[in-house]
Amino acid sequence: MNNTLIKLRSIEKSFDGERVLCGIDLDIHDKEFVTLLGPSGCGKTTTLRIIGGFENADTGDVFFDGERINELPAHQRQVNTVFQRYALFPHLNVYDNVAFGLRVQKLKEDEIQVRVREMLEMTGLRGFEARRPATLSGGQQQRVAIARALINRPRVLLLDEPLGALDLKLRKDMQNELKRIQRETGITFIYVTHDQEEALSMSDTVVVMANGRIQQIGTPTDIYNEPVNAFVADFIGESNIIDGVMPEDNKARFAGHTFDCVDGGFAKNEAVDIVIRPEDVDVVPVEKGMLSGVVSGVTFKGDYYEIIVDVKGFKWMIETSDYVAPDEKIGLYIEPDAIHVMKKSEYSGKFGDYSTFSDEMDHLSDPDAEVSENEEEAILS
Amino acid sequence: MKTLSRVYMWVIFALLYAPILVLVIFSFNEGGSLSSYTGFSFRWYGELFRDSVALQSLKNSLFLAVSSAALATLIGTFAALGLDRMRNQYLKGTVNSVTNIPMMNPDIVTGVSMMLLFVAVAGILGISDILGRWTMLIAHTTFSLPYVILSVLPKFRQFDPSLREAAMDLGCTPAGAFFKVELPHVLPGVISGFIMGFTLSLDDFVISHFVSSPDFQTLPLYIYNQTAHNVKYSMYALCTLIIVTILALLLLVNFAGGIGDRSKRRKEATK
Repeated sequence: MNNTLIKLRSIEKSFDGERVLCGIDLDIHDKEFVTLLGPSGCGKTTTLRIIGGFENADTGDVFFDGERINELPAHQRQVNTVFQRYALFPHLNVYDNVAFGLRVQKLKEDEIQVRVREMLEMTGLRGFEARRPATLSGGQQQRVAIARALINRPRVLLLDEPLGALDLKLRKDMQNELKRIQRETGITFIYVTHDQEEALSMSDTVVVMANGRIQQIGTPTDIYNEPVNAFVADFIGESNIIDGVMPEDNKARFAGHTFDCVDGGFAKNEAVDIVIRPEDVDVVPVEKGMLSGVVSGVTFKGDYYEIIVDVKGFKWMIETSDYVAPDEKIGLYIEPDAIHVMKKSEYSGKFGDYSTFSDEMDHLSDPDAEVSENEEEAILS
Repeated sequence: MKTLSRVYMWVIFALLYAPILVLVIFSFNEGGSLSSYTGFSFRWYGELFRDSVALQSLKNSLFLAVSSAALATLIGTFAALGLDRMRNQYLKGTVNSVTNIPMMNPDIVTGVSMMLLFVAVAGILGISDILGRWTMLIAHTTFSLPYVILSVLPKFRQFDPSLREAAMDLGCTPAGAFFKVELPHVLPGVISGFIMGFTLSLDDFVISHFVSSPDFQTLPLYIYNQTAHNVKYSMYALCTLIIVTILALLLLVNFAGGIGDRSKRRKEATK
């Protein structure tokens, strides 16, 4: 993780007058697993396509290994891509699909055979050589797509929501598989996804994007524990985001109480956003709590309960392993290191309040919305 | 009801194919008469193959059908490619409609206008007799063209553009990606376009009538000239051969189209 392999400098891109990327600066290091994470339409796929050479940036530069490659066409770049819907060649069988890149390079057939065998072995596709892509399952097609992209031994592999079409169980398996392949081959992976869990569990570095801008770059733990603004805090996991002020370093005042915390460096009495993760709040008897509130909803989640607590009109989400009854009055206790303080941003006040939260609605509306927006993005790009 | 529909079907078939059947049967008739069948024989086929003018016309027809279909396929495939890539929707619609006009235009209008064009060009260039082999080739290529476009264009539309990107991603130049990935996909359409052009050229009479000259006759023109005065029975044999050829080609077109459809269906089934 020493030398920078890909450098993006102030990349901007518009489609039909609509700005998709507004100034992207990004360094990607050798052998790194980088994930571009963000909601649909945030520009992550467009960024990937600019690196792959399928789109040209309107302004800004792309550097590869120190060389400016803005005008280099896709077929001359040392990157290969695993496409969103695999894009396997339907008229070729698995073997010929995987061998495609080597045949373009005009290698000898016996060398091709050795390398294809090796690649099929690594991706667990032995015995499928003669099958047509149309006769394979989604997971198998995915493996073919990965094998086909890796056989050229690229410096960088671009993956555009590669697991989006797979079911949950298969997705978990493929996540481990991808991580293993990345470790074995030592190839830099740039992975695009809207699934925050996937991003956190696989990546060395996560790049959170929204509205064509990079919000935060960091390790998964950094991103989760130290989000820079309300958008990141809300997008990565569940969070309660509360308006507060910093009277002095290591003190935060919100919800009518002054808490000890471990953050500092703000101006005196600066208005800030406070993030508290649902699992970091302890439920205690009212008299022992720093705050108190009334339970307005309880959802059983298997290994924990997700409860919504009304504290002076602001609804908190709390995860607890002890059952509490609806309408019960409880106390809340928050450790100093559970309080994360963020500067105010354009996203302040838009996220992190669970007053409109409904579990049922979330489940009903989510998958459809995601699919249609994804397609929109695909059409745009 | 069921028997009625069956009877109806056979009546329709009889009306459609009885004349052809009669022609085929009498092409094998020993005697030279339409009123009595005197016995099976290849006499008229023998006579046909001794008729040097008929054989020359057959050669002309085949030359014309193959070369005009090949030309139309080449031009039409690239025209369809261009139409598919056109960004401007209005322009695309306009060009599409314009290419379709020759299909709807009556043959006689196409024929007359082509003849006028050729004669006018000949006048400008100072050539005395321009009509013949090459004007026929131009005319046949022209009227086959929209049919080729019609059969190739949908194949381009169905093509997933990310496959082209995948090919380029793996190191193909844009031209390489076209020939390695896109062409195999549209090939069934190209083949059926070629066969369609071939059959259209083979059986065209009206347009050929206007743009040919006596020294370059195709089979339909020859048959017309023979039968206009008094019927020669060898023409029955010739027509039978043409019918068999056309039938074989039609089956081939369906077969070529069927291959494309089947692979598409298989793909959809796994989705």
